Amino acid sequence: MARSIPSPPGGGTARRRTTRGRQGLTGWLFISPVVVILGLFLVVPVLMAAWVSVSDWTGRGSPVGGSVSFVGGQNYTAILDGDGLASRDFGTSIRNNLYYVLLVVPLQTGLSMFLAVLVNRQVLRGRGFFRTAFYFPSVTSSVAITVLWLFLFSSTGVVNRVLSFISVSGPNWFQDPRGVIHVILAAVGIRTAPEALTAPGFLGVSGWEWLAGPSVAMSAFILMAIFTTSGTFMLLFIAALQNISGEVQEAAMVDGANGWQRFWQVTLPMLRPTLFTVLTLGLIGSWQVFDQIYTGTQGGPAKTTLTPAYLSFSTAFNNQRWGEGAAIAFILFAIIVTLTLLQRLALRERDVPRRRRMVPVTASSTGARTASSSALPVKEPKP
Amino acid sequence: MMTGTPRNSRRLAAATLVAVSALALTACGGSGFSEAGEGSGDQTEATDAPLTVLIGSSGTAETDAVTEAVSSWSGESGIDATVNVASDLPQQLSQGFASGNPADVFYVSADSFAGYAANGSLEPYAEDLPGKDDFYPALREAFTYEDTLYCAPKDFSTLALVINDELWAAAGLTEADIPTTWDELAETAATLTKGDTAGLAFSPEFQRVGAFAAAAGGGLVTDGEATANSPENVEALSYVQKLLNDGSASYSSDLGAGWGGEAFGKGQAAMVIEGNWIAGAMSADYPDVEYTVAELPEGPAGKGTLQFTNCWGIAADSDNVEGARQLVEQLTSVDSQLAFSKAFGVMPSVQSAADQWSEQYPDLAPFIAGGDYAQNVPAQPGAVDVIAELNAQLESLKTADPQQLLDGVQPDLEAVIADAQ
Repeated sequence: MARSIPSPPGGGTARRRTTRGRQGLTGWLFISPVVVILGLFLVVPVLMAAWVSVSDWTGRGSPVGGSVSFVGGQNYTAILDGDGLASRDFGTSIRNNLYYVLLVVPLQTGLSMFLAVLVNRQVLRGRGFFRTAFYFPSVTSSVAITVLWLFLFSSTGVVNRVLSFISVSGPNWFQDPRGVIHVILAAVGIRTAPEALTAPGFLGVSGWEWLAGPSVAMSAFILMAIFTTSGTFMLLFIAALQNISGEVQEAAMVDGANGWQRFWQVTLPMLRPTLFTVLTLGLIGSWQVFDQIYTGTQGGPAKTTLTPAYLSFSTAFNNQRWGEGAAIAFILFAIIVTLTLLQRLALRERDVPRRRRMVPVTASSTGARTASSSALPVKEPKP
Repeated sequence: MMTGTPRNSRRLAAATLVAVSALALTACGGSGFSEAGEGSGDQTEATDAPLTVLIGSSGTAETDAVTEAVSSWSGESGIDATVNVASDLPQQLSQGFASGNPADVFYVSADSFAGYAANGSLEPYAEDLPGKDDFYPALREAFTYEDTLYCAPKDFSTLALVINDELWAAAGLTEADIPTTWDELAETAATLTKGDTAGLAFSPEFQRVGAFAAAAGGGLVTDGEATANSPENVEALSYVQKLLNDGSASYSSDLGAGWGGEAFGKGQAAMVIEGNWIAGAMSADYPDVEYTVAELPEGPAGKGTLQFTNCWGIAADSDNVEGARQLVEQLTSVDSQLAFSKAFGVMPSVQSAADQWSEQYPDLAPFIAGGDYAQNVPAQPGAVDVIAELNAQLESLKTADPQQLLDGVQPDLEAVIADAQ
């Protein structure tokens, strides 16, 4: 920035340097609160947690004190060796969370995009109302929604009452540990594990258990996550949709594309950066699910709503195994980073030259834009 | 290049400022982690340092009773003491121990006791308590770590059979029909099962089902050995499984209730296996339901039940250990414990108060009678996880094979027991 400011008349090199020096100082001063806050609340705790994850700290006094010693990867092996309860619990929590992510991320992304397209339509009356209505769950505290959910999905709750109208006897949602896939298999007559799947597998959890699917209790949480977060992501999609100029759609119409084709061939590719953001945020958020579990089920029934984030908390705070708790947190971090990078790789634009990305309107078409926009049948907002 | 110097020095100054303020703030944050073991445990005289008492309260009745007892002690001793109610006791305790600035006196549950004792957070004050031998032996055992009694049992609870009088009479049963053996229990439960009402209900956890194991002569740990898959335990689980599959018994969760007491109060179950805390819940939430309490029926090995307890822990890092000890002595006296019983229905942890308690609460006497033969739930460090795993398995007891189920838990329990020795 400094370079673009014309030097004052008569100012020499020395003068300019002083100005820049002063600006540097000012710059440092301005960012120092953020540096201090980030250091204090982010860097220091993360470093301490990293140390705890390789130490034998028992939770009393300072973890950097004299009596705490380095134990290497011992805490990590306890979790990852697939032998013993700690490892099986971790495996179970990964299984639960994996199904949660696999269902929540695509569904919430799809739903939020669908809602965004709906409320973005100019012809829709009361758009403001719908936008607010869809966004509302997102601004409500997750604890409040969890409590609401516990009531809605209780065995005699509203959901089961409604299901009973169509002669379906609903499950006892938050008490039902059966995996959804197991339930489906049981319906076609497979009730016990085939011999090959009974042995303890990856992380000490048997193949049959890995294939259980989300439990009925977890499914209720999955519905809740979709319900609460799709409003937030809908906003992101609306913002992106409004950035797509009308004449791109118009050009597609001129080319004879119908509505369906316009969505898949024009709108969706232009939403790609937003799609990446939404998928990434969704992925990170759904791997970190904690507060619903803490207020709702504490990991039950039968550990089927245990998630790594909650397991990390309960291992450390309730069972005094701080090293293992911190290690779980770091493994979770590694999982999230890896998956985000993979997703970035998968969503990379391959066929579009780099420079033309995200530039829907080129300079040459600007003239046409002014001409055509007045011809658009769009209602202009009244002043 | 003379101008370079002031610029560099300014930049240096700015960087230093940032670094210093960062350090200063980190130091402030870090001071929370004061060095452990400041030797405060060595003091013998009570100072007048104020005390904080952290409790996990069951409700306002308990909070008020404890606050009153503490403030009356405060008035006598001249030491300020405040009572705080924890919303999540284990988490708040752990945080206090880590910061080196814990509450002075607090509740410690039997299952988290060993962890805190092992990491040195608890002051082993109870060995010198004058009334130490008056506590029930099983309760003392629950709070003994490496042959040292760490903290004074606060009170205790046992499990008994709670019977709904109205449903009992409606089924044509009389007082003489109160089951005293497993066979009679199965029979009575079947008689009482009607429509949506289960004859017998309990939560799907070892903390209830374990009472059957105790009556069968089993238990998870016997004489310091892991005995999860003992024939006695298999027999107990098979019996429970039969009750569940006959439909005469149900898990409270299957009835849509949070715990046995809720199922009982709502009339979803005619009998439940619950602890004496149910008395408080019934008078608060379901005052119209009349009930009778009976001792749990005898199993193949005679009477058996489980007990649950908390103790008054004192932090090793407390500034006023002696003052805290005096407070605990006061809180565990016969008078205070009877006052607590009156306020929130717990049973005194000292044997000398038992007779008085039974006289005052004749209806609840079966609970305190259980104190004579009750088993502790294992509480070695890590045992909580094993029991949680067992509870997870017990949820599907209906369709599981009891032997296989217990065999699955045995190695985990063995590992925990081996670590504890």
